[in-house]
Amino acid sequence: MSLSNTDVRKVARLARLAMNETEIETARAQLSGIFNLIAEMQAVDTTGIEPMSHAQDVSQRLREDKVTETNQREAFQAIAPQTEAGLYLVPQVIE
Amino acid sequence: MINTSIKQLSAALAAKKISSAELTQLYLDRIARLNPELNAYITLDEEKSLAQARAADERLANGDATGLTGIPIAQKDIFCAKGWLTTCGSKMLHNFVSPYDAHVIAQFNNAGAVTLGKTNMDEFAMGSSNETSHYGAVKNPWDTARVPGGSSGGSAAAVAARLCAAATGTDTGGSIRQPAALCGISGLKPTYGVVSRYGMIAFASSLDQAGPMARSAEDLALLLNVMAGFDERDSTSLQREKEDYARDLNKPLNGLRIGLPKEFFAEGMGSDVAQAVEAAIAEYKKLGAVIVDISLPNTKLSVPVYYVLAPAEASSNLSRFDGVRYGYRAPEYGDLADMYEKSRAQGFGAEVKRRIMIGTYVLSHGYYDAYYLQAQKIRRLIAQDFTEAFKQCDVIMGPTSPSTAFKLGEKGDDPVQMYLSDIYTIAVNLAGLPGMSIPCGFGANNMPVGLQIIGNYFDEARMLNVAHQYQLATGHHDCAPQNIGL
Repeated sequence: MSLSNTDVRKVARLARLAMNETEIETARAQLSGIFNLIAEMQAVDTTGIEPMSHAQDVSQRLREDKVTETNQREAFQAIAPQTEAGLYLVPQVIE
Repeated sequence: MINTSIKQLSAALAAKKISSAELTQLYLDRIARLNPELNAYITLDEEKSLAQARAADERLANGDATGLTGIPIAQKDIFCAKGWLTTCGSKMLHNFVSPYDAHVIAQFNNAGAVTLGKTNMDEFAMGSSNETSHYGAVKNPWDTARVPGGSSGGSAAAVAARLCAAATGTDTGGSIRQPAALCGISGLKPTYGVVSRYGMIAFASSLDQAGPMARSAEDLALLLNVMAGFDERDSTSLQREKEDYARDLNKPLNGLRIGLPKEFFAEGMGSDVAQAVEAAIAEYKKLGAVIVDISLPNTKLSVPVYYVLAPAEASSNLSRFDGVRYGYRAPEYGDLADMYEKSRAQGFGAEVKRRIMIGTYVLSHGYYDAYYLQAQKIRRLIAQDFTEAFKQCDVIMGPTSPSTAFKLGEKGDDPVQMYLSDIYTIAVNLAGLPGMSIPCGFGANNMPVGLQIIGNYFDEARMLNVAHQYQLATGHHDCAPQNIGL
């Protein structure tokens, strides 16, 4: 299977990764090689096989709906790139 | 003093032959001498380590010590440790000082173990050679022109060079077993769900599992006793009775049924690796084991299945790194989308970006059924192969890796070649089974070879027994590299 540069550009956008044209070309070549490896799967007949999403056949454990964590805003925001008045700062989204 | 088992170190501490502070200083001095070349550690903090050692000495004096109190351990840099820089081998987390402890870290702290430092690793645990680390490649102590394996390569190199008494690792597709094999040490990936993933930076959550790396199976058992156990903060942590993983170490191996999958002994394995593994099997026969020929027919498919499922889960897990709440943010950007795209492009390395792209693609509209769902179905076939095999045998054995440690840069340009070297380890993660690697001799260029032992679900105690009996009968695990100043 071979990918086009347009495919790669689209995936990079979905993944929120900035890429220049050289990087897109390199990624296209490498991803095509990887997808050739992955294509081996297509020959397998999996009719009637239940997908296995998890290593153990156990159901999700539930807990009581109550607060278990204490507020650590200051500790968490101390390692943030940019904060102000207890809020995380990002570029303006709404005009 | 340094080149000995945890049990003996612990006995020396209890007998006051040495204090934990002195022992810790011995290791720190060795690290100062050898780490500039090996690059096994990313972060060291002598003051923190020595403070923990002094606290351990108090516990020893007060008589409330455990078997690990005062023992200096290295922690893979994937585990969040409060107050420690925790980078996961990435520029993305170059400034992330963790505000909390991972469950594994807390367990070692509670046992009184000393953290010597945080070990180097492939970026976000994605790699089999440790060359994807933002902090530089780790060198193999047996030959510094060669890789230590990955992703827990720093931990493996640190144990091999005796820069710690033992270390932690994580294994998503072989990241404990393969570096253990390439560095000539012992490593164990437990059954999925046995060790809590809380505070362990996520790569592929349905496959990731933490485990110990050490000089011997006996040491591994002591470490696993501390690491294993239910933790409600990990939704996949299993509620099971606490067990003593050292309980069966001394059982004889008479009548043990060892399954040899024909697919593991086919093309692709180096002849030097084959020779060492076959010699190990012969040793097991002498110890009373019987050999059963088995088949794991879908082994070859484990590579394509893994390289769909692991990147899919990674692309989702790594979406949290957005330059907003912690970690790297690009210095210059326009709007919010631009900030995300630039921060992620600059913060992640090439291999991580590659896997995020694969994962994003296989999960995207129109491709989900053909890739992700098909991979999950074949994952079940792979798991069923093992279920069938374990009807005929107690443990499965084979090589851990098709070759011994390769040269730095040797597989740099072709990701597919690197991925194919995971052929013997990743099926175990897909099935969720426990697997380990122990040293079984040397191959070409006098580099270590690893024997892989795969057990049935929750059969860690038996696997450790199987490994320990071999280590009582042979001396491969006691071999140490030259030039590490022992």
